Amino acid sequence: MNTLVEQLLQGNRRALARMITLIENEAPQAHSYLAELHLHTGKAHIIGVTGSPGAGKSTLVTRMVRELRVRDRKIAVVAIDPTSPFSGGAILGDRIRMMELAGDPMVFIRSMASRGNLGGLAASTGDVVRAMDAAGYDPIIIETVGTGQAEIEVMRTAQTVLVTLAPGMGDDIQAIKAGILEIADIFVVSKADKAGADQTAAELSMLLSLDSRRRKEAWRIPIIKTSSYKEQGITELIDSIQQHYTTLVESQQLAQRAQRQVRSELQNLVLQAVTRALNNTITAAEWEQITEAVSSRTRDPYSVAAELEFRIGLRQYGDKDADQ
Amino acid sequence: MAKTQTSRPIRVLVAKPGLDGHDRGAKVIARALRDAGMEVIYTGIRQTPEMIVEAAIQEDVDAILMSILSGAHMALFPRIIELLQASNVDDVLIAAGGILPDEDIPAIKAMGIQGCFGPGTSTEEIIEFVRANVRDERLSIEV
Repeated sequence: MNTLVEQLLQGNRRALARMITLIENEAPQAHSYLAELHLHTGKAHIIGVTGSPGAGKSTLVTRMVRELRVRDRKIAVVAIDPTSPFSGGAILGDRIRMMELAGDPMVFIRSMASRGNLGGLAASTGDVVRAMDAAGYDPIIIETVGTGQAEIEVMRTAQTVLVTLAPGMGDDIQAIKAGILEIADIFVVSKADKAGADQTAAELSMLLSLDSRRRKEAWRIPIIKTSSYKEQGITELIDSIQQHYTTLVESQQLAQRAQRQVRSELQNLVLQAVTRALNNTITAAEWEQITEAVSSRTRDPYSVAAELEFRIGLRQYGDKDADQ
Repeated sequence: MAKTQTSRPIRVLVAKPGLDGHDRGAKVIARALRDAGMEVIYTGIRQTPEMIVEAAIQEDVDAILMSILSGAHMALFPRIIELLQASNVDDVLIAAGGILPDEDIPAIKAMGIQGCFGPGTSTEEIIEFVRANVRDERLSIEV
């Protein structure tokens, strides 16, 4: 077995940190390491925390970790912040609120830049979680970017999804009801010491009562009011997270979710391979030529795509099926 | 210029050790490094040496930039270096900025802190310093 993999499995924190760097940068050896690590995973409860910017996600995660430490758990956190589309750089500031946890050997926190990935996670977040799982962390908390509406990707990686809302955002609930509202397993109304928290909770409760799909499920989505300032609601929240996990296990849903996740992961890997094959086969000059041909209307995108599929072996000569 | 063509973004920890709360400088540096395409982890103010070293390890950063204006650098820097050595962290670029009296600079550099930047330093100078001094083997993806 590779030394880095071995050290990671023994709980070496630097090995885990280095492994994450390799994964994040798609190092050539990362996949073979992950293949070894995969056999040691599946033990961790993966919790996603999402919500709009400023909703209080980082503070909430810090309080959750503190409470989980009281319960003697070994916790990992992945916090994702956006990459600048202009410079490619990022300021990863989630740690500021979590620094009080930094001295604890049973807590591992890693910041990740989204690197252009949409959906609230970085492309390699799932693999980073896998490495943390293999290193023996349970639970693992994923804090998403916080763009608000389209952060549904966390649903594919996490088993329990917390959607955080701060009071006083008024009509924001209306705005997010289609995207984020549907992926919540637990709602957290943060900053409950502020005015308007009860109203936010009441509005959520009303929206939930209208959701006919959710009403049929075994899990009743709780709405939990928390206040980090007044130290309220965190014990209740952690209890609720654990109850959700138990419900998932008992209703076989955990296994179903896992299968869905595996399937989407496999699809993703194949898609990546296709992208790689394309980039290896088609030169930059050729790309320029064909994109020019399509944008100047000399050619159409469908026949060009068919030709590219042929070039990378996805289509045989004379294959006609997807031509139209 | 060859070194600026890295295979991945440089990861930098911007840290504020000690008790002064003046982090305008640290934030300006963090922003400038971000605009130069780096991934910057900012710790916030009033960090202990233990917190800074632990964050550097977990985040697997290529460089640690510390800003201190309180005058406690000769107490805090040696402790940070000691903790890094105790954890066998030997491939990370370390630099400091803030109010560092000239007479202390030789001692600071002797600790292994490669760069000292006082008031008036341009952000370009710091960006170039980081790019030029981050260890190549850290940035090449083969390990």
